[in-house]
Amino acid sequence: MQIFPKSLNFLPLVTALGVAVGGGIATFVVVYYFSPRFLYVGYEPEQPVAYSHRLHAGQLGIDCRYCHANVERSFEAMVPPTQTCMGCHAVVRTDSARLAPVRESWESGMPVSWIRVHNVPDHVFFDHSVHLSAGVGCVTCHGRVDRMEVVSIAEPLSMGWCLDCHRDPEPHLRPVSRVTDMTWTREQATDAERAEMAALLARATPPENCSGCHR
Amino acid sequence: MGYKKPIEQLDERHLVSEGTTFAQVTEIVSRVTEQKAPRLWWILFGISTSVTGVLGLTIGYLLWTGIGVWGNNSPVAWAWDITNFVWWIGIGHAGTLISAVLYLFRQYWRTAINRFSEAMTIFAVICALMFPTIHAGRPWFLYFSLPIPNQMNMWPNFKSPLLWDVFAVSTYFTVSLLFWYVGLVPDFATLRDRAKNKFRKWIYGFVALGWRGSNRHWSNYERAYLILAALSTPLVLSVHSVVSFDFATSVEPGWHTTIFPPYFVAGAVFSGFAMVMTLLIIARTVYGLHDLVRIRHLELMNKIMLTTGSLVGYAYAMEFFIAWYSGNPYERFVFINRAMGDYWWAYWSMITCNVISPQLFWFKKLRTNIPVMFIVSIVINVGMWFERFVIIVTSLHHDYLPSAWGNFSPTIFDILTYVGSLGLFFTAFLLFLRWLPMIAIAEVKMVMPQADPHLGHGDEEHGEDHHDDATAVPAMAEE
Repeated sequence: MQIFPKSLNFLPLVTALGVAVGGGIATFVVVYYFSPRFLYVGYEPEQPVAYSHRLHAGQLGIDCRYCHANVERSFEAMVPPTQTCMGCHAVVRTDSARLAPVRESWESGMPVSWIRVHNVPDHVFFDHSVHLSAGVGCVTCHGRVDRMEVVSIAEPLSMGWCLDCHRDPEPHLRPVSRVTDMTWTREQATDAERAEMAALLARATPPENCSGCHR
Repeated sequence: MGYKKPIEQLDERHLVSEGTTFAQVTEIVSRVTEQKAPRLWWILFGISTSVTGVLGLTIGYLLWTGIGVWGNNSPVAWAWDITNFVWWIGIGHAGTLISAVLYLFRQYWRTAINRFSEAMTIFAVICALMFPTIHAGRPWFLYFSLPIPNQMNMWPNFKSPLLWDVFAVSTYFTVSLLFWYVGLVPDFATLRDRAKNKFRKWIYGFVALGWRGSNRHWSNYERAYLILAALSTPLVLSVHSVVSFDFATSVEPGWHTTIFPPYFVAGAVFSGFAMVMTLLIIARTVYGLHDLVRIRHLELMNKIMLTTGSLVGYAYAMEFFIAWYSGNPYERFVFINRAMGDYWWAYWSMITCNVISPQLFWFKKLRTNIPVMFIVSIVINVGMWFERFVIIVTSLHHDYLPSAWGNFSPTIFDILTYVGSLGLFFTAFLLFLRWLPMIAIAEVKMVMPQADPHLGHGDEEHGEDHHDDATAVPAMAEE
């Protein structure tokens, strides 16, 4: 006596195909859509002030450290206080509508609530000063900020991405004097700069152990 | 498997009560899944599901708050959770030993208990796996322990025995499950054919995978069973060896010893048989399985417990001998501290339960006495729990620097997770008893006299040949 129809004989085949195809799709979805490259790169929040890095860092050529002043000495690259803005804008474009929130902050004493763009998880202890003195430039992680009207994330900032450089730092090193230079490339290096890079590489000890970055 | 005539000179008996027919075997086993469950089943099921509910709440609270709700902390970072893990894994060992090793050694008496102990193995391994999963703190990151390429470039450390554990235990679970299922297929078909309502027919029919009992089916089945037995046999030794490496590879006095792998395997088989015995005696009495599970089976199991219990006793003695013989002061201190330190009561409970109690089985009267073996089997499992507690806690609590010493005491959540795991185990086991054939019907039939192809053909002393060709047999013998 038959309990099941004959067509059920295809069930194992259909199941196997389903597992193979479904597994393939699931793998693709996780690898592509769950990756930091997909999830984080391009994050571009709207800031309270329509500040343009393209104008200030690109066209005007202001050094990164003019505003992010402590970056060579500290873990964090600070977000500049209103006073830094007003250092110029007390006399430049004093009646610009786009600068109204900055003037408001200047008068009230309440800081502008900038939205943090590059934010690694709390258990990651990233030290800006160490990377700069080792000869890793701003552009390596932040991309061409001098071309960004609004800052967005350019690199995945994932652990694997960090480790790629920690395991082979050479192509990412530059002379310490060039760390904030967005346009400099290794091809332009002079003999003196090459020698400096070789020295930087020789003393580079990027950690690969867990406690290097997690404590 | 096949029929083997009992050797009268050795006072052997048939494996199934004399006069039992194939139909009776089918009936005895199948009716349990077909009739209403006895009142005792409902009482036990009610208790164990409630305890499992408590386990769920405990784990929920634990994950919400963090594993700090348990009592383990520096220096005793492994305590009840790892004790329970090793204990459950050890209990799980009897299943594979009975189903695979005894199969390869043609120990036909295994057929009455193999289904039972394989089920026990699977549920014990589930309970065991729960503990390291929770102990790791964040179960949702458990994939960290598997070699899956990921955006963190993180790869498991293959030098770590904890990783070997992941592979050993998961392989063990998979193979045990397959073995169990393959063995169940012909019996599922029996239940399907006996089913009265459509729903039952569908469910058992589905899991029976279209089994019709043809020659080809049987031949494939036997082959698959043999292959799985061969695959599981090394696992009997490897799994608990790897579990022992978790300890033996640590440079920790009391753990760092080469005797650990065989010592752990013997202990695992010991506790596994004890657990099978406890459950089997209850099920045998409640469901009236006396014709299939005879005193001879129980006696043979008791002999294995006597052997493994004595091996474990030898290992305890050897640990002390080596602690003295090595001349290592830390090692020596740990063992003196085990027997006479803060946890002396745990050590002496272990010795009493594991080494002394199985010695009762030297006496035939005691090893064939059901109340005695029931009590001893429970005592052994208590002792084996103490063994793991002693190894883990007494080694950790006083190791090198006296400034880093500290004692362990369990919190209510330690107790609830342990008791809860028992609830989970018994819930699963009671469901097994209720819905699946608890004795391998087909395999038991294979070892019955009726399975003998020469049955009824006269041999030297017994039986008469009633076949038409009966006269040809003596003629052939003369040639």
